[in-house]
Amino acid sequence: MFRYFVRRLLQMVLTFFGATFIVYALMFANQDDPLQALAGERPLPENQRQALTELYHLNEPFIVQYGYYMQGLLTGDFGRSLTGRQIGDMMADAWPVTIKLALMAIVIGATFAVTTGVISGIRRGGPFDTSTLVFTLVLLALPIVVLAPLAQLIFGIKFQWFPATAGRDATFFQLLLPAIVLGSLVVATELRVTRASVAENLRSDYVRTARAKGLSRRRVIGVHVLRNSLIPVVTLIGVDLGGLMSGAIVTEGVFNIPGVGFNLFRGIRTEDGPLVVGFVSILTIVFLVSNLIVDLLYAALDPRIRYE
Amino acid sequence: MLGKSPLKMAVGATAIALFVAGCSGGGSDEPEATSNTVIIGIGEPQHLLPSNTTESSGAQVLAALYYPLVNFDAQNNPFLVAAESIESPDNKVWTVKLKPGFTFHNGEPVTADSYINAWNHGAYGPNGNGGAYFFERIEGYADLQSTDPDEDGPQEAPEPKAKTLSGLKKVDDTTFTVTLSAPFSGWESVMGYTTFYPLPNAAFSSPGVLAEGFEEAPIGNGPFKMKGKWEHDSQIVVEKFAEFKGDPVKVDGITYKIYQDQKAEYADLVAGNVDVQTQIPIESLGTAPADLGDRFKKSPSSSFAFVGFPTFQPEFSKVEVRKAISMATNRQEMTDQIFLGSQTPATSFVSPVVAGYRDNSCGEACTFNAAAAKDMYTKAGGPAEIKITYNADGGHKAWVDAMCNQLIANLGIKCTGVGEPKFADLLTKVEKKEPVGLIRLGWIMDYPLMENYLGPLYGTNGSSNYYGYSNKEFDKLVAEGSAAGTPEEAIQKWQQAEDILAAEMPVIPLRHGQNVFGHSQKVTNVVVDAQARVDIFKIEVAS
Repeated sequence: MFRYFVRRLLQMVLTFFGATFIVYALMFANQDDPLQALAGERPLPENQRQALTELYHLNEPFIVQYGYYMQGLLTGDFGRSLTGRQIGDMMADAWPVTIKLALMAIVIGATFAVTTGVISGIRRGGPFDTSTLVFTLVLLALPIVVLAPLAQLIFGIKFQWFPATAGRDATFFQLLLPAIVLGSLVVATELRVTRASVAENLRSDYVRTARAKGLSRRRVIGVHVLRNSLIPVVTLIGVDLGGLMSGAIVTEGVFNIPGVGFNLFRGIRTEDGPLVVGFVSILTIVFLVSNLIVDLLYAALDPRIRYE
Repeated sequence: MLGKSPLKMAVGATAIALFVAGCSGGGSDEPEATSNTVIIGIGEPQHLLPSNTTESSGAQVLAALYYPLVNFDAQNNPFLVAAESIESPDNKVWTVKLKPGFTFHNGEPVTADSYINAWNHGAYGPNGNGGAYFFERIEGYADLQSTDPDEDGPQEAPEPKAKTLSGLKKVDDTTFTVTLSAPFSGWESVMGYTTFYPLPNAAFSSPGVLAEGFEEAPIGNGPFKMKGKWEHDSQIVVEKFAEFKGDPVKVDGITYKIYQDQKAEYADLVAGNVDVQTQIPIESLGTAPADLGDRFKKSPSSSFAFVGFPTFQPEFSKVEVRKAISMATNRQEMTDQIFLGSQTPATSFVSPVVAGYRDNSCGEACTFNAAAAKDMYTKAGGPAEIKITYNADGGHKAWVDAMCNQLIANLGIKCTGVGEPKFADLLTKVEKKEPVGLIRLGWIMDYPLMENYLGPLYGTNGSSNYYGYSNKEFDKLVAEGSAAGTPEEAIQKWQQAEDILAAEMPVIPLRHGQNVFGHSQKVTNVVVDAQARVDIFKIEVAS
């Protein structure tokens, strides 16, 4: 177990540097004139172009720029965005609200998906199962660009049950509606996977054995079926967590949450390489850690799985 | 091995996660509905330093923190504010006398040095201030700049010859003179812009060097002072400065709430969480009159939209071709159907907000007449196929396509709208003289003078003259207007220059912008000026 853990950590270091290098290279390739992008449609004054070009080493070749960036990164300095803000500060502002939002979304989404999935897996073919089928179909068919403004219009503006927008220092209640919207993104797949997995395991030999031993129905489902059925679902949840943090661009925009998704969007729009790479490097770590946790959870859920 | 009951564990983990997520939030202080403060929505400013602020969000906040030398009335004529007098016998040497008794928010008195130091810092090239070009007219500006010997190469630009503008001279504590390199009758108006605010000594860590972190909590001489720091991407809170000696304000504080997305801001406006939105997004224009009733308002803005003809494309060299394309464009239909009345058709080359504007100075060439246009186009042998190039990130596709369809229908030619990802991509193609066809452009004024449209857009060395128009007679008239003795004489010259444009049609004027704004029931007297800023002296809380 311990050796496996160390091996994974070493792999993570390699993946981290590889990922940041690729993202930096991609941003560099996409960059043609970040300073003009900053000025919008105004003519960029020559003095400003000159001063900023030297400040951000924009006249240097790629490998030198990457060198400067890595040098800063290894000393804990994420650099400055093109508007002069410390990217470290921007991350300190953006990450807390995104983590809160993603956690709330995943908890709401997963709780709902697993509970409903188990019930519809047990009562396969019944009215409950059919209605969840229809419900997931609707959810899958509604893209977030429709769902988020619609939820805001109905629950935020018309009924005023929730605040219409959240903001950076949002409270639990302000984030509830965005979290539900964001959580609904993952509900459909998680629900279907749980249902299929439960339905399959109910017919397996070990469940029949458990029943034959005379175990209570609750115990059979709660311990034997559920634990084995959760393996694919946990994998999904782990991947979804990273996805929710990086992919909340639309939701964060609609509910005015200046989090990670918003900052990534801003960085890409203004061709701000260091800004994007800074956020992506943390995202990489999130993905790597959540994948590691998922793998370790397998061992806990299924005693047959052992790591060496 | 974990516990025997995964279900209980899951429930426990859920509870903990929700608890943690909930706890860390708490304690955001909601502004009380009864207080005498207002909330104005803005975008995240790029900078909060006067000489580096060239976009409206930053200018909006600085307008509360600083008090300009001159302000503008409803007709956009300047009147004295922080200055007691601004005089010039020859339009070259301007003497500015300050009203006594004003202090910065930290107690420092506002003196002539506050202006001179701020302007020197702003104009010094290596400081990289976006508004530095405003100081171009002051004598000695060139000595504060330096050019990189090898453009993008590894060599660094040498240090400029001087650190201070030779045209700025202190007379006494409240008087200073500004010497321009050439006479300019509109200089008083120019000094009303954001870039010309003073800075206290506290802004500098050593002479000419801005103190680290000054922008996070700027210290100004205006009616409001910062309450706390600039909370990036969240809000900027200002409160009334008790010792302020200028015009009284009617609210005790303003919260500038920062939005990433205008649609989110609009949702908050309808829900009553923000009091003023200066620009309602086009997606919401359809429902806004019903949502807001008489709180949905319009006011003139300085923005001007047009398409330019690149002079390097010979097919547009005949003036009849340019005129015919202009006459085949139905501007009214475009503003009504695409912009739902939020913009107005443009039939002149400057915005209606500046003095000297004449309605329909473009004349027949900007009047929709499909039959005459087709006739003229065919006779002049205009190209059978044209392109209109625009930047795809600015929401221009709809009207460019509409304009193309009009040209297809009215001229019987092929027309395609070509979207470049960004404005910079469009400029790159124009610089390389690639056949881009008509180019979509826009302009927002820096100071309310006709010259601010004529010079940058159509002058031979104009900063935004991307299409390469050049006419010596025109340049001469603009320069003569700038040097004229009185504003009236200046306007006369500039109008003559505009007539040349009408005859030559280097661009097709399309639309004048409007501020389409809305406010909540909590506030009244909301005035949005031509630069899209809320007038902080007029706004008040409804009783």
